[in-house]
Amino acid sequence: MTAITLNVIVQGVLTGLVYGLMALGLSVIFGVMRVVNFAHGEFTVIAMYAAFILFEVLHIDPLIALLPIAAVFFGIGYLLQRTLITPFIGRAEHEQFILLVGLATVIVNGILLIFGPDARPINLPYSFDSYTVGSLFIDKVRVLAAIAALAVAAALFLFFRYTRTGTAIRACADNLTGAGVVGLNVKQLYAVTFGLGLACVGAAGTLMATIADASPGLAQAYTLLAFTIVIVGGLGSMVGALVGGILIGVSEALAGFYIQPSMKSMFSFALLIIVLVLRPQGLLGRRL
Amino acid sequence: MSGLWHNAGWHGKAIALLLLLAFLAAPLVSDRYLLSVLILVFYFAYLGQAWNLLMGFAGQLSLGHALYLGLGAYTATALWTLFGIGPWIGVFIAIPVAAAAGMFVGWLGWRFAIEGVYFALLTIAFAEFTRIGFDHLQITGASGGLFLSVNGPGADKWWNLGGGPLLYYYLSLILAVGATFLVARLRQSSLGYRWLAVRENPEAAQAVGINIFRARMIAMLISSSMTAVGGVFYGFYYRNLFPSQVFDISRSIELILAPIIGGLGTIFGPVVGAIILTPLGESLTGLMEAFGINAPGAKLIFYGIVLMIIISLRPDGVWPWLARHLKLDGARK
Repeated sequence: MTAITLNVIVQGVLTGLVYGLMALGLSVIFGVMRVVNFAHGEFTVIAMYAAFILFEVLHIDPLIALLPIAAVFFGIGYLLQRTLITPFIGRAEHEQFILLVGLATVIVNGILLIFGPDARPINLPYSFDSYTVGSLFIDKVRVLAAIAALAVAAALFLFFRYTRTGTAIRACADNLTGAGVVGLNVKQLYAVTFGLGLACVGAAGTLMATIADASPGLAQAYTLLAFTIVIVGGLGSMVGALVGGILIGVSEALAGFYIQPSMKSMFSFALLIIVLVLRPQGLLGRRL
Repeated sequence: MSGLWHNAGWHGKAIALLLLLAFLAAPLVSDRYLLSVLILVFYFAYLGQAWNLLMGFAGQLSLGHALYLGLGAYTATALWTLFGIGPWIGVFIAIPVAAAAGMFVGWLGWRFAIEGVYFALLTIAFAEFTRIGFDHLQITGASGGLFLSVNGPGADKWWNLGGGPLLYYYLSLILAVGATFLVARLRQSSLGYRWLAVRENPEAAQAVGINIFRARMIAMLISSSMTAVGGVFYGFYYRNLFPSQVFDISRSIELILAPIIGGLGTIFGPVVGAIILTPLGESLTGLMEAFGINAPGAKLIFYGIVLMIIISLRPDGVWPWLARHLKLDGARK
């Protein structure tokens, strides 16, 4: 393998971890509530704009802005679940889908209305720094973004594994009726879950803003990207989302470098179709 | 259709006839702008009927109908611009092309038991895959677009689908009315009852000997073929095609609005939805322009809100409610 290919792959892995964090949010929401959040990329782009504004106005580094943005997104997700989405739990899949398509349409056009179609870059003082490891040149922003993404994912993982609330949410996912019978407040837990899912999105969007320029046009592409990743990795599997993110990140990076940047998502969609047909539960998912 | 006609109350018949007469006579009194809005109404009613056949009757959610729209549009317009083959022949090549794509998506999905959300994602994946493919297909102009000349030899003749707004007006009206008749006919046929059985309970349908796979494939065949015809109309009406527009997921989403708002799985739902929604969206745009507000996304924000309200409060759509209140439809369940 040539040095340049290795470089491209490493960049892909780092970007893929941020993708993975975004997809993790989707995976948590679907895994617990069976709600398909078709406005996922739209929320990601809102977070990118939030990071952009905090940086431009208050000069806050996105790596720090990540925490408040994720906290606000938790609140948004909590309220959204409580008001808009709760009535749709257990209703036909296409009805949820259409509700969230409507929400996505409102969000993306709202962004377009407020900020216009132009891309908004964040010019960090260290935007063009890179680390040199042997023959590898690795962007500093990508390394930091990937580490932060891993940290958030690890925190979420620990939360689900070791806290009482996390265990309760897993109980809801495994057996909803049983969870209700033993007295868990399912509505509350669902709202927390949606909040956590969106907190992931908030964090991922903030990190994404350091490696891509915020623009409304990204929203739909990110929604599809997130779905592609969770299906490739396995819906409902937390590790699967990260692995799927890395896979898609690398495939995009290689296709973008060796074929054409504009054709990179074609390979992701091809991968999605192949996985759907051959292994619909995803690479790391449980049997459907 | 005859059954439907018999079962309709007298004022249902009267309203249907009056509406049809009004639409037939509309060009006498309306200006170009109003005609263009009505063309959009018929166009969305027509595509809504096509999509509703698959979702409303056979119960399979497709969010990738832009694939069939785009293939239909590109096939017919490319045949005309590259080889001089007119649209009346082109449409019979566009239909099999789009239908083959539809059958492939359906076969792949249903053979491998991909259903619900997964099937919807599969349809999106195919549409997006094709969009990017056409973005790089040099023969049809790639991402630069494919243009139909308006003054080439024979380009302005009606038999080449060129001409003034009246041509497109009556053509879209015929498409919408024809599709409604076809859907009504199918709904009353044994195939229609099989679709409903498969939609309501696939296991039970299979148990009574209905071939689920086949019923769904037939729905896909008809739906994608009809959508391809809509694509041919799209291509020759707008006379320019860009992969990023015609294959875009927003095409897939906008064509499902009318049937959802009108009423999924009903015969008149897509028509009522298109009649309600399109003029509302257009007048909103007009109103904003009149006040000098340049807000390109406002119409879509409005559509998004309407979609959320309707699916929250009245997931069955407007038509069943309307029909009940006006006592129009004696035959409905």
